[in-house]
Amino acid sequence: MSLSTKVGPSSAEPVLEVRGISKSFPGVRALKNVDLRIWPGEVHALMGENGAGKSTLMKILAGAYHPDSGEILLDGKPVQFRTPYDARAAGIGIIYQELTVAPNLTVSGNVFLGSELKRFGVMKDTAQMDRKTQEVLSRLGARFKASDRASRLAVAEQQQVEIARALFYKSRVLVMDEPTAALSDRETDRLFDVVRQLRSEGLAIIYISHRMAEVYELADRLSVLRDGEYVGELKRAEFSADKVIEMMVGRRLEDFYERNKHAAGGVVLDVKDMHDGKRVKHASFQLRKGEVLGLAGLVGAGRTELARLVFGADKRKSGEVYLNARKLKISRPQDAIRAGIGYVPEDRKLQGVFLQMSSAENITMNILGRYSVAGVLNFRKLKERANAEVKAMRVRTASLGSRAGGLSGGNQQKLLLARWLEINPKVLMLDEPTRGVDVGAKAEIYGLIQQLVVKGMAVLFISSELPEIIGVCDRVLVMREGEITGEVGGETGIEITQQNIMKFATDVTQSGTTHGN
Amino acid sequence: MATETTIQAAELEATKRKERTRSLIQLAGMLPVLIVICILFAVLTPNFLTQNNIVNVVRQASINIVLAAGMTFVILTGGIDLAVGSVLGFTAVIAVVVSLVPGLGWAAVPLALLAGLLVGVLTGMTVAYVGLPPFIVTLGTYTAIRGAAYLAAGGTTVINSKIGFAWIGNGYVGPVPWLVIIALLTIAVSAFILHGTVLGVHVYATGGNAQAARLTGIPVPLVLIFTYGVSGLLSGLGGVMSASRLYSAQGQLGIGYELDAIAAVILGGTSFSGGIGTVFGTLIGALIIAVLNNGLTLMNVSFYWQLVIKGAVIVLAVTLDKLRTRGQAA
Repeated sequence: MSLSTKVGPSSAEPVLEVRGISKSFPGVRALKNVDLRIWPGEVHALMGENGAGKSTLMKILAGAYHPDSGEILLDGKPVQFRTPYDARAAGIGIIYQELTVAPNLTVSGNVFLGSELKRFGVMKDTAQMDRKTQEVLSRLGARFKASDRASRLAVAEQQQVEIARALFYKSRVLVMDEPTAALSDRETDRLFDVVRQLRSEGLAIIYISHRMAEVYELADRLSVLRDGEYVGELKRAEFSADKVIEMMVGRRLEDFYERNKHAAGGVVLDVKDMHDGKRVKHASFQLRKGEVLGLAGLVGAGRTELARLVFGADKRKSGEVYLNARKLKISRPQDAIRAGIGYVPEDRKLQGVFLQMSSAENITMNILGRYSVAGVLNFRKLKERANAEVKAMRVRTASLGSRAGGLSGGNQQKLLLARWLEINPKVLMLDEPTRGVDVGAKAEIYGLIQQLVVKGMAVLFISSELPEIIGVCDRVLVMREGEITGEVGGETGIEITQQNIMKFATDVTQSGTTHGN
Repeated sequence: MATETTIQAAELEATKRKERTRSLIQLAGMLPVLIVICILFAVLTPNFLTQNNIVNVVRQASINIVLAAGMTFVILTGGIDLAVGSVLGFTAVIAVVVSLVPGLGWAAVPLALLAGLLVGVLTGMTVAYVGLPPFIVTLGTYTAIRGAAYLAAGGTTVINSKIGFAWIGNGYVGPVPWLVIIALLTIAVSAFILHGTVLGVHVYATGGNAQAARLTGIPVPLVLIFTYGVSGLLSGLGGVMSASRLYSAQGQLGIGYELDAIAAVILGGTSFSGGIGTVFGTLIGALIIAVLNNGLTLMNVSFYWQLVIKGAVIVLAVTLDKLRTRGQAA
């Protein structure tokens, strides 16, 4: 390789420079004027909370998104990526979190996918491809052969196949998105060896992660994004947990959270040892009457999965649910609903709203049985109920008959909330209830939650936005990698702050070791 | 502040007006197409618009209407039932064979309907609990039940010239054939179930968003079994109607009927991905197909050309429908 000379971060020219990149999606400003400079021979960690803009930036570097403004420079020369192919040809290799290995092909087949070596112009030159692949594999210290079928490889090995592919395209910048998310500790160590090897060969590596320990171990430099903006960068010598967390979360608390003083009552929902063997590991918690219990953590921490297990939406390996000290038998959502547990799912459009159906039908979906005789609907009563909810929730809809799909995100969310309120649940689980909702509707939803708990409902509030967790919740449980790792607020005496939550959400407390749990 | 409210009110008014026209268009659906085709044939052939011929057209459509009504339930859930023609053949054979057994003549119709229902329920259970794609499950039943039809008929044509339920296929109430009455009753009952009952709402909900339906506590598997059960039952009804009309049945009765039924549903504006559509639209769709068959025959168009024209009209009509409703999908 021509780049095998050792070049440090002190090298004069950055290999990749991002200048003033902005990118908006309908209703969201994903990136605002972001800068980033990456030198050859460095591991540059890119950090930020969920939704900070890391993925958007990566997709722009990959040529999958086009920035609205700003420029990308490679070796000081401006480049434009119209397609992912352009980015790859220019020397930017991307290792996505979701691996893209074709399982039915061999390793070398994957590496050469789309640019197979040919003999006589038509026949695949398998031998040649295998040999060339093998050279790269031995450089990566891989323990499998180029002729192995990809389906037989472990996740970490598939990842090495992707790295090999990136190397074949003469990548000089390698972007890795949460590369250890699916790896075991041992595999993680091996990946780190590979990353160090590549760095010593002069590659620049952008390492996206929110695991502090990994960043400590690997990175030469880190940059932080927050709310789509570039906050700043730290050199290795300046790394400190407090500083990084402050950069990641340092927002001022928004002030539209109205709180009613009220005391939480006795335990309503008691969840014991909930376990699915994959995403949720032996989680137990209690929810009290008149309480808003927050469930915080990073994306993938298992919050949604825990709620779905309680609700009976997924199969559990173990776990018991008690409602008012009575053990529930929950194997399907119907069972939970009958007992008085409601769940507003995370993905409104995919899992909640019936887009092609009317607002009225959406609201009354759970009470059809109550307003029907022998299965025949009483339209007058149903319309009355829908009308009352539309007024109470201030749903802005042209008519009860208009399709829910035509409404804004906030109004769709109100339909969902109305649907659950109609059955007056004892426990209501809200999963990211304000995602994709405008500020006005957000404030209304917060207000509604306060009204509900004052009336004695118990609310489980899942959110990835720390300011709203802090603003809305009486007590917060924090999850990381499927386990409940901490509790703040309530009787713990620990104040509900972003720092305290982030400490439990990331493995910052164990920064000495390679890896958490 | 005041101006803002007026602007909002005006916006709302405009949306309301749009909604109203939209629902009107949706209600009308393919009816204009049917009317245009009818006018065309009325002008081109003098015999088309006679009372006799009109009764004839609807009677010819009746079996397809019944099959397509069942198919509507299934397609509304996002599924498909390829087996309706096979089930029709199978149940027709059962009806005739049972009617030939001394003392069991009364059981012919119930047993045929039951057989259809059973096939449908089993299909539904496979789709709902095993989770196989409906296309594959019903491709299986399509083949297997066809085989069963041949077996039940012993490879020949079973005939009963004194069939007990001959009135179904050949009787009249005044000038209206029983076949037509049965078909229209099927549409009416289906429409009532789909639009007037909890079950109907659940069918639309399951087809529109199965995940949301499950999380809302709708028993999605039972809804699926119900829709395939309806399709099977109505295929059985179609079998009874055929057997009665022909005083006989044979293993290959009903081959290809599933395609006409699917065409009627799609022509009727039902979305192939589920959640959108009406059984009234299906009725119009089935009538369009029947009118085309009848009119082209009256005009002495060769059978081969009839196929070509029918196919083209189906694609054209659905294309028109797509253009018409574009922009309403989001």
